[in-house]
Amino acid sequence: MIHFVLLISRQGKVRLTKWYSPYSQKERTKVIRELSGLILTRGPKLCNFVEWRGLRVVYKRYASLYFCMCIDEDDNELEILEIIHHYVEVLDRYFGSVCELDLIYNFHKAYFILDELLIAGELQEPSKRTVTRLVAAQDSLVETAKEQTSSITNIIAQAAK
Amino acid sequence: MSGPSLMDSLFQRTLEDLIKGLRQQLIGEQAFISKALEEIRKEIKSTDLSTKSTALLKLCYLSNLHFHDMSFAAFHALEVLSSPRFPHKKIAYHAISLSFHDSTPVLLLITNHLRKDLTSTNEFEVSLSLQCLSRIANVDLARDLTPEVFTLLSSNKLYVRKRAVAVVLRVFEKYPDSVRVCFKRLVENLENYDPQILSAVVGVFSELACKDPRSYLPLAPEFYKILVDSKSNWISIKVLKIFAKLAPLEPRLANRVVEPICDLMRKTGAKSLLFECVRTVVTSFSEYESAVRLAVEKIREFLVDEDPNLKYLGLHALSIVASKHLWVVSENKEVVIKSLSDPDPNIKIESLRLVMAMVSEHNVAEISKVLVNYALKSDPLFCNEILGSILSTCSRNVYEIIVDFDWYVSLLGEMSRIPHCQMGEEIENQFIDIGLRVKDVRPELVRVARDLLIDPALLGNSFLHRVLSAAAWVSGEYVEFSRNPLEFMEALLQPRTSLLPPSIMAIYIQSAFKVLVFCLHTCFVRGGSTAGVPASASYESFDDLSVENGADSTVAHGQTCTSAPITNESIVNLLKLVELALSPLLGSHDVEVQERARNLLGFVDLIKLEALNSSGQEENDSERKGVEATKIIRLVHDAFSKELGPVSLTAQGKVPVPDGLTLNENLGDLETICGDIELPSSNTFSFGYPSEEKDVSSFSNLQIKEDSGQSNESTSLLAEHRKRHGLYYLPSGKSEVISNDYPPANDPALQGDNNDNASDLVKLTAESLVPKRKPNHSKPRPVVVKLDEVDEKPVAVKQLESRDDSLSGAVRDILFGSEDILPTSSRSNLPNSNRKGKKKQHMITQVESKENVVDDGNSSSRRRKDHSHGKERRHRKKNAEERNETDRKEKESSSNHPRRHKSRQRAEEPLKVPPQTSVIPDFLL
Repeated sequence: MIHFVLLISRQGKVRLTKWYSPYSQKERTKVIRELSGLILTRGPKLCNFVEWRGLRVVYKRYASLYFCMCIDEDDNELEILEIIHHYVEVLDRYFGSVCELDLIYNFHKAYFILDELLIAGELQEPSKRTVTRLVAAQDSLVETAKEQTSSITNIIAQAAK
Repeated sequence: MSGPSLMDSLFQRTLEDLIKGLRQQLIGEQAFISKALEEIRKEIKSTDLSTKSTALLKLCYLSNLHFHDMSFAAFHALEVLSSPRFPHKKIAYHAISLSFHDSTPVLLLITNHLRKDLTSTNEFEVSLSLQCLSRIANVDLARDLTPEVFTLLSSNKLYVRKRAVAVVLRVFEKYPDSVRVCFKRLVENLENYDPQILSAVVGVFSELACKDPRSYLPLAPEFYKILVDSKSNWISIKVLKIFAKLAPLEPRLANRVVEPICDLMRKTGAKSLLFECVRTVVTSFSEYESAVRLAVEKIREFLVDEDPNLKYLGLHALSIVASKHLWVVSENKEVVIKSLSDPDPNIKIESLRLVMAMVSEHNVAEISKVLVNYALKSDPLFCNEILGSILSTCSRNVYEIIVDFDWYVSLLGEMSRIPHCQMGEEIENQFIDIGLRVKDVRPELVRVARDLLIDPALLGNSFLHRVLSAAAWVSGEYVEFSRNPLEFMEALLQPRTSLLPPSIMAIYIQSAFKVLVFCLHTCFVRGGSTAGVPASASYESFDDLSVENGADSTVAHGQTCTSAPITNESIVNLLKLVELALSPLLGSHDVEVQERARNLLGFVDLIKLEALNSSGQEENDSERKGVEATKIIRLVHDAFSKELGPVSLTAQGKVPVPDGLTLNENLGDLETICGDIELPSSNTFSFGYPSEEKDVSSFSNLQIKEDSGQSNESTSLLAEHRKRHGLYYLPSGKSEVISNDYPPANDPALQGDNNDNASDLVKLTAESLVPKRKPNHSKPRPVVVKLDEVDEKPVAVKQLESRDDSLSGAVRDILFGSEDILPTSSRSNLPNSNRKGKKKQHMITQVESKENVVDDGNSSSRRRKDHSHGKERRHRKKNAEERNETDRKEKESSSNHPRRHKSRQRAEEPLKVPPQTSVIPDFLL
């Protein structure tokens, strides 16, 4: 299974973290520090797998972002590479040629998309179209709900209560 | 104070504002964040849920990417969760799965929220709560929500169902009893034709099968069908993982599956699937020659591929094959060796592992030579990687592959001189270990130690200090093999030793002491016949005693005497040198160094008179004094010349605890204090420096004698100490000083035992080596002393966690229960059902008979199969009968395995009276 997913920029800034196994806040910082030291220093044209604490980290660089997933020793590394690619493609569809800024400003959206893709550390939805559709459906749900609440009269009415 | 005002909610900073502000960094990141946190703390108390949820979202952002603690908001997250609005829920679930853990206090309050959402009609809400459950589930949550998850497993919304399937894995892990409820439905989902559901179910099973494959053997036909029919690579990969676990357990299954896997390997274009096939074959189907050949072909394609990923995986696959088919590695030797110079460090390490896998006793010398040369050229990190793997490979199984120890010892010396070498500690251990175990190598060991000690340049390298300490110890302990002990003295006392840390300095001084005593002894006592000291004959016999362990060492004595004659003059110089070198150390801040230096100088003072006067020995007075001094020399020499034997780690355990001694009394608290103190590394035996250990024992004796009044407590402390640091207690000649209220460490029985064991093992190793050894070895392999109890690798009996145990117990339970049902389903689906059904029956019996731990599964299952051969109907009638039989068997075997039986027992208890059906009636009827 996938233990966690990290997105780290080339400068070592964390853009997204998702943990499927229990890690305390302290461990999380440590893990990220260790891994960014390990991964960001690796040159181009090297292999995309790193051994780390008896687990394996599969990473791939897209533009200035490193997508990393940590898996068990006997998981299939190439499959994980495909999942990463899959995720990037879905992001690309959703945002329309995605860039790092999209992920910075819509960090929760990136999460929600990831949640559609993976659950409990396993791939859930191999179809890009379905993922985009599902995310869009939820977005519209959010929008309609927001419209109801966010009209100014509503706010005033609530506050005046 | 109430919540924020209307204005606050109107002008609340949104997440986007927060991110923008952070990026503009007008006031510095830290300041900005703490300001934002302050705002959030205020806003999150708002009664308006929109304000609250926005605050929560911002907090998530800060927690997630800037690692700020958000545990204070746990309750607020729950409040947002109770909102009827979807966006709020979404944010709340996000926050909860991000921040909750098992010890979050409000975890108890979430159960009802989850339950409500799990039964919601909005599929997205259901999905959110499932996702959250998968992340935060603990035992209570898993137990309380099992019914809801169970219902969702057969939901007609695919979207919900596949999520429920994935989450069920976590529920099982946390609360194994839920297996009883959900497992059947999970299995039903295996027959679903929707690829998404199938992918989820297979994923769950591949995780489950990793932990306890045997329980899932009965499902093999379903998996087989999926393997053959599947169009999706994702699913195929997972199914292959399952078969990799199942196949080794059941040879017939392997027989059947190997062909489809090979087909898949030939046909597929996807590298990930191809690699999975290869890996499955090399891990679990290594007996199938043709399959392995095919896999190796594919591996070779990987190895020569441009893509570093494939190359890495190819090497990785090779290292899996290596354990069973070494020829594969040798066939690809060139690629492997070439990869040693790959730009990618990971590939280098992988190929290094492979190279080490090829090492055998015939080629160890060549390979090590190549690698050491390679290490000289490579970067420090990889250099040490190489050295480390050479060291660990060569020392594996008590130096199993080393025949020529002289060579190995000089290799160790060579390795420690490599500039980047940081393996000092390991080399130190091996130097001493070899010294203790292999008698024949000692002369060479001393020579290597001399070369190391004498080089003043090495003292500057702090990584080498450990090696030097070993060399110093060797020089002191085995000084009788040295050509020129005087040289050692000079080396040990050279001025640059001041660079050493005190602990190693102390070893240097101690070794100098030993060497000095040896020199004096050769000069005055042994060489005494020429110097005119009488009664050399008696010394002769004494000498025999002292070197009882090595007949050849007397020969060495002869050599030393002839090659480096020690004259009185040189002794006088030596004593001067000692005084010169050690007097400054008398003021050392380190107690150990100071103490030892003082000891040595005191000894020199005692001896000096004799040394100075021995030239003019006409005077009676001084001669008498001289004789006294010789006595001292003899005494001290005697103390040093007793050989240090290896001590088994378990030796302490053999010492019987005397009556009335409670070892654990009053020490319960100590455990917590000492818990973090590391025990000395254990796979080798211990070595102690004689004086150290003398100190300890004499000190302890003193203590015992002094306060024998409260001896109970002190001896128990002492015993505890011995137990903990058993390593440092050697069976030695000091038993006479040990008072009788404590059993001597070297019980005669124990020693005899050790010797016996050693000689047994010598025989054993000799026997085991004979067939392997090639006749052309010029030198016979020297005897390597082993202590069996210590050196045998601890058998890696991996105890299953109790949770897993009960989980698999429950799974097995269900599978036996569903025995009646499963075959029908497969029969209806499969064309060649007859054979398969039988096979399944067979496998079930196999699983059942597993409780017979005697692993002759084949014979027993065959017998059973005959029994159930042919007509299935008859067989089904017999099911009950068989079950009884199994029960009986389990009872029988229970005496052997109380623990397993216990968990089984628990699982089966409710089933005893009416067979199976009482717990889960609806499934079975």
